[in-house]
Amino acid sequence: MSKVVMDIKNLKAKIGAKEILKGLNLQLEEGKVHAIMGPNGAGKSTLSKAITGHYDVEVTAGEIEYKGQNITDLEPENRALEGIFLSFQNPVEIAGVNNAYFLRTAVNAKRKHKGLEELNAAQFLRQMKSLVQELGMRPEMINRSLNEGFSGGEKKRNEILQMMMLEPDVIILDEIDSGLDIDALRAVSEGINKMKDGKRSFLVITHYSRILDYIKPDYIHVLKDGKIIKTAGPELVAQLEENGYATIEEE
Amino acid sequence: MAQEELDKAVLGEYKLGFEIDIEEDKVPPGLNEDVICFISKKKDEPEWMTELRLKAYGEWLKMKEPHWGHLEYQPIDYQSISYFSAPKQGVESLDDVDPKILEAYEKLGIPLEEQKQLAGVKVAVDAVVDSVSVKTTYQAELKEKGIIFCSISEAIKDYPELIKKYMFSVVPMKDNYFTALNSAVFTDGTFVYIPKGVRCPMELSTYFRINALNTGQFERTLIVADEGSYVSYNEGCSAPMRDENQLHAAVVELVAMKDAEIKYSTIQNWYPGDENGKGGIYNFVTKRGLCEGENSKISWTQVETGSSITWKYPSCVLKGDNSVGEFYSVAVTTLAQQADTGTKMIHLGKNTSSTIISKGISAMKGQNTYRGLVKIGANATGARNYSECDSLLIGSECGAHTFPYLESKDSNGQVEHEATTTKISDEQLFYLRQRGINEEDAVSMIVHGFCKEVFSQLPMEYAVEAKALLNLTLEGSVG
Repeated sequence: MSKVVMDIKNLKAKIGAKEILKGLNLQLEEGKVHAIMGPNGAGKSTLSKAITGHYDVEVTAGEIEYKGQNITDLEPENRALEGIFLSFQNPVEIAGVNNAYFLRTAVNAKRKHKGLEELNAAQFLRQMKSLVQELGMRPEMINRSLNEGFSGGEKKRNEILQMMMLEPDVIILDEIDSGLDIDALRAVSEGINKMKDGKRSFLVITHYSRILDYIKPDYIHVLKDGKIIKTAGPELVAQLEENGYATIEEE
Repeated sequence: MAQEELDKAVLGEYKLGFEIDIEEDKVPPGLNEDVICFISKKKDEPEWMTELRLKAYGEWLKMKEPHWGHLEYQPIDYQSISYFSAPKQGVESLDDVDPKILEAYEKLGIPLEEQKQLAGVKVAVDAVVDSVSVKTTYQAELKEKGIIFCSISEAIKDYPELIKKYMFSVVPMKDNYFTALNSAVFTDGTFVYIPKGVRCPMELSTYFRINALNTGQFERTLIVADEGSYVSYNEGCSAPMRDENQLHAAVVELVAMKDAEIKYSTIQNWYPGDENGKGGIYNFVTKRGLCEGENSKISWTQVETGSSITWKYPSCVLKGDNSVGEFYSVAVTTLAQQADTGTKMIHLGKNTSSTIISKGISAMKGQNTYRGLVKIGANATGARNYSECDSLLIGSECGAHTFPYLESKDSNGQVEHEATTTKISDEQLFYLRQRGINEEDAVSMIVHGFCKEVFSQLPMEYAVEAKALLNLTLEGSVG
């Protein structure tokens, strides 16, 4: 087993009055791809929100330890600066906020946090443009308002673009393949696979196994009713495909 | 001494009641004919002007303060206001400017001394410090082109024909209660005349500041753009902390002749009062532009962040065929500020068109009202208007209100109106914060995005200032 980068211990969390996570345990290993699979309503998105510190989620018990630090009460921006990145299932649109300006602000916030010099506009744009091309995005997306009027595929590519620019340590991909056609799926997963460097960890949250053909997981975790009920190797995918989640019993 | 003799003759009629020492720099609080004569005399004005002032005063006495705005405030005691005060000393150079003023400018990111140095931009500043123009720069270069840029007091003496022709021609003295008051007691302001075919080579700027305690400010601005000319004029304001309510009732008149264009930009950040609405400026302003000639264009851009009460509707009368009127506005109310602002677009000529983009931002207990009128006259065939009024709410105690009015006598007029009200959404904030951007920067990014269409209308250095001001204004209003 590799080094554990994130250790979620007995996490209980509610959204509003409803308890969604009911004592969830999960360890993310350095350099590994973890897939979280489970039926609708199992708490997959709540888990990603809990890890990133979304306002909707109230943690009532347990803790999230990341790089040896308890981050359960940390502000969302500080978790991000420490290297946690969430690719949103439905990236929000923000009118009038230039895509490049936004991303440069984010990249420089992170560089500042790490004690690095900020990128100037020219350095930044050079890097951004080459990635935009690599991801098969239209060049004009650089100067459009953030996600505004983007198609589903464009939004997801834009998420991956941000991921590549921000170079995070833990990457959470929430339903990354939803709304993607086959070309977009290929471009997006190529981008993700490129990010694998043996150190970075991935948490792939998905309802369907299709994405796992493109991003090969090391571990499959089955999330059901607010708990991880089974952890196994990639061979579990075939079994889930065949029998669904109903037959999986808590270990 | 001839002038003195003349003044004596002019003021003779009122001499008996004239008890104010002309050497004083300030009149005692209160308003009567003596005070008006004092102001006129202090300004060395010709008789005809004194008479116009007294006529306006007579009209004002017959009028009542309007209360149709969506505003609540303590009654204004017009007799407790001092209507004239000259600055303590004249200012020869920027070094002589009160460091506190410079500090206020600095906080906005654009120190006065740097304005001149801004890359490729020359800014002529006619600073109105407490009612009297104390500094005028770049006069010579403007003069060469035949451009007149001076205080309204000078203009009354030096260009009486232009003043007689255009002053009160767009905003009649009895247009409303506050214009009548202003016409009677206006103490200074700016006059601009751009001759035929001349494109003004620089942005014209004026800083207004309210200084002495208890002094109402009654600025008067008149800009005339003759045929085929162009001018961009920037008006910016700042005021130090104050406890008493201060009344400001300015009048701005613009006239654009055939093929002329006037761009008028305002940044207003007077003291807004505290979180209970105490103190702060009462701002009752009448601004109107007349597109007199064919193909003329008048564009108002305003960023309103200050004052406790704002009552302001920069308007366009589109008389010339094919003339164009524009209104771009960002109005921010936070603390306990109230703003009732908007525009009137009066379409009289054929194929006239107007655009209204209004962005209201409310935070804390701020109340923001958009009030707009689009009027299409019987002869205004082919008239078009597009209006967009968006409100952004930050928090749950603030409010946004929209009152669009439409009067159309021409059934073929094209009028489009869109209105939205949004709250800064948790999802937007979270998205930005998840990317490592702190909450304050995230809010500012969303707000700037919301205002983008308006900011893009401002001259570049002014847009920078507006953004800085917006951040300063909304500091601490989230969370």
